[in-house]
Amino acid sequence: MASKKDFVKFDKVDKSYDGKVLVVKDLQLDIAEGEFITMLGPSGSGKTTCLMMLAGFETPTNGEIYLDGKAISSIPPHKRGIGMVFQNYALFPHMTVYENLAFPLRVRKIPKDEADKKIDKALSMVSLQGFAARMPGQLSGGQQQRVAVARSLVFDPQLVLMDEPLGALDKNLRESMQYEIKHIHESIGVTVVYVTHDQSEALTMSNRIAVFNDGKVQQLSSPDELYEKPVNSFVAEFIGENNTFGGEVSDISGGKCKVKLANAEILANPISVKGKGERTTVSLRPERALINPSTKMDNLHKGKIEEVIYHGDHTRVRINLLGNPEFILKVPNSSSNLDIKLGNEINIGWNSDDARALDPK
Amino acid sequence: MSSETKQILTTDGIPLEVSLKKAERKNKIKAFLLVAPLLLFLIITYVFPIGDMLFRSVDDKMVTQMLPKTFKAMETWDGQELPEEEVFAAFHEDFIKLVEDKREGKLSTQLNYTKNGFKSIIKKLRRASKKFEEGNYKEQIMAVHKRWADVEYWRAIQRRAPEFTGQKYLKGMDMYVNEEGKIVSVEEDRRIHRVLWLRTLEIAFFVTVFCFLMAYPIAHLLATLPMKYSNLLMICVLLPFWTSLLVRTASWMILLQQQGIVNDFFVGIGLVADDNRPEMMYNKTGSYVAMTQILLPFMVLPLYSVMKTISPSLMRAGKSLGGTPFVAFWKVYFPLTIPGIGAGCLLVFILAIGYYITPALVGGASGTLISNQIAFHMKSTLDWSFASAMGLMLLSGVLVIYWLYNKIVGIDNIKLG
Repeated sequence: MASKKDFVKFDKVDKSYDGKVLVVKDLQLDIAEGEFITMLGPSGSGKTTCLMMLAGFETPTNGEIYLDGKAISSIPPHKRGIGMVFQNYALFPHMTVYENLAFPLRVRKIPKDEADKKIDKALSMVSLQGFAARMPGQLSGGQQQRVAVARSLVFDPQLVLMDEPLGALDKNLRESMQYEIKHIHESIGVTVVYVTHDQSEALTMSNRIAVFNDGKVQQLSSPDELYEKPVNSFVAEFIGENNTFGGEVSDISGGKCKVKLANAEILANPISVKGKGERTTVSLRPERALINPSTKMDNLHKGKIEEVIYHGDHTRVRINLLGNPEFILKVPNSSSNLDIKLGNEINIGWNSDDARALDPK
Repeated sequence: MSSETKQILTTDGIPLEVSLKKAERKNKIKAFLLVAPLLLFLIITYVFPIGDMLFRSVDDKMVTQMLPKTFKAMETWDGQELPEEEVFAAFHEDFIKLVEDKREGKLSTQLNYTKNGFKSIIKKLRRASKKFEEGNYKEQIMAVHKRWADVEYWRAIQRRAPEFTGQKYLKGMDMYVNEEGKIVSVEEDRRIHRVLWLRTLEIAFFVTVFCFLMAYPIAHLLATLPMKYSNLLMICVLLPFWTSLLVRTASWMILLQQQGIVNDFFVGIGLVADDNRPEMMYNKTGSYVAMTQILLPFMVLPLYSVMKTISPSLMRAGKSLGGTPFVAFWKVYFPLTIPGIGAGCLLVFILAIGYYITPALVGGASGTLISNQIAFHMKSTLDWSFASAMGLMLLSGVLVIYWLYNKIVGIDNIKLG
């Protein structure tokens, strides 16, 4: 999309509620126009605070937020023109769906026939035509959520904020709503800032994901990069499943490093280690390790199967490997199942490229 | 036929409905037995006495029973001329019996309610009746006092013949049945009840308005402040509840009197001159101030319980959608508090309309309410039937308000907590 790279800009933003603890630390974040960006992080990581500062319900303690080049700290929320979808929908319970959607148009003094057209369009966008006369209480959770989305879009804002909008829905509905929101974003090209603590939601929907922890953005990148190439052990741990080995770098050369564990040595890809003797945590995705690999892999070790859990499409195997009793493997369930039995010793192999040596935990 | 629902049977072949009733009967009996003592208690101590008291307002058997023969003889009297001798004879017979039982005083009180002037002539008749000769009672009684020869007084007696009467209700509205049997208002300088009714409504209305204006922000604060502050504030709101009503009223007397703290303060800041201290007690002001303060919690609590349920994100949503803080409040927050406003206003209004101790103590002459008048008749004039008539009128007034409220706002919309 040919558009501004810094449509929304957080410039050195700090936020503290009590003057003692910084909830957001020195936040530097640019959001491009038309982008779907997700702020992902555990609760208390500062992601919702960032959203609230952007919406205008909290003021930055330090720094400035720019929207389309304008500093917005001194603009009250109702003049920012930012659409927002709240966690519990926040539909006005005493108004019909139509009145809910008409609210932002009425306060903007948009003539009724034009407003009606916009409302029709917004409702058809979330496939809720014919629901205009209903009260929010007469709708299911998913329908309420759609109304909330329609309401946040009906006045054509340039930016829409979504604060864990799918948190209250059940799993199936959540998944279909994820696609629906993604499609709406794609079709109208609005900039979306989405907050969630659900990583699969973030991976499914976003152009880019900002992983928050401890008031800081740990990594800002596209979903695949975030999953494949985490830059630190928090991100590796937080996104997806992860096997770790704690050890010490004993040698580093040619884009590879040797990591000495308690009673073995493995080859890894040095990401945040620079030299010999550094402590490190090696992170390896479960699906990157294979049982009895047919191709040659530069790490090959023996482990004992401790537990086998059937998961339908795949089987999870817990293996005691190189002193890590929590080593997880995902084995696709095919007819040619290998010799996976409790107590068996098997060979596990993986490429050193996939084993990322990150900062120690 | 497909539309006909087949009777569902249990596995034992008993119809399901019968089986269900049987299963529930035991629980119903148990539940009833549990509430039975309270029900009995309520009937004995509440329903029965109140029913009896309200019945007094229309009960007029006393005179009917004191003068049975007279009223029988009067049945044929058309009320135009003085009655015939047989009426006088019957009246004499009834009267002698009353004198023997020493109940003629009660008769005079009762008849005096109907028409002034009976007291003295009955006293005279009692004295004279001892020397009455047999026969020709009409002449003898008319000779006792000229009022006994006045047809008006005989009509007054006749008006007391029915066992039931609505005249106490008319009296409560400053009306009465005149000699021609028409309902008319009393002379203007004797109309006291209408003024009292209107004043009661006025004071109750304004107390409700003041309570609402003061309670709304308090309740909002209570609902939105962080827990540690809101608990403290809640205690401040509830503290008066734990203090005796008399103590609270008495402290208002201390505060509001002419040499009281509030006046001292006004003089101190130069708002009023020392020799021109305003009277804030023993008038309407006193009633307004004290009643508003005392009834405030009844407004705060329903409002609070409703506001507590309103998610703060609704106001935020209103603002983020472009509403100014005022628009967000007026279009989003306020409509959602209406159930609480309704409950609080109804509660305060109904309590205020029947308020008694506080206006009696701080209201003075111009600040007393209809309930003070009811108390006056209960305690001083002992005209219980009148007191209960006014009580029932007050009760019907409250029911009318309740009905109106239900029509306008809907009683399902009420929320007390």
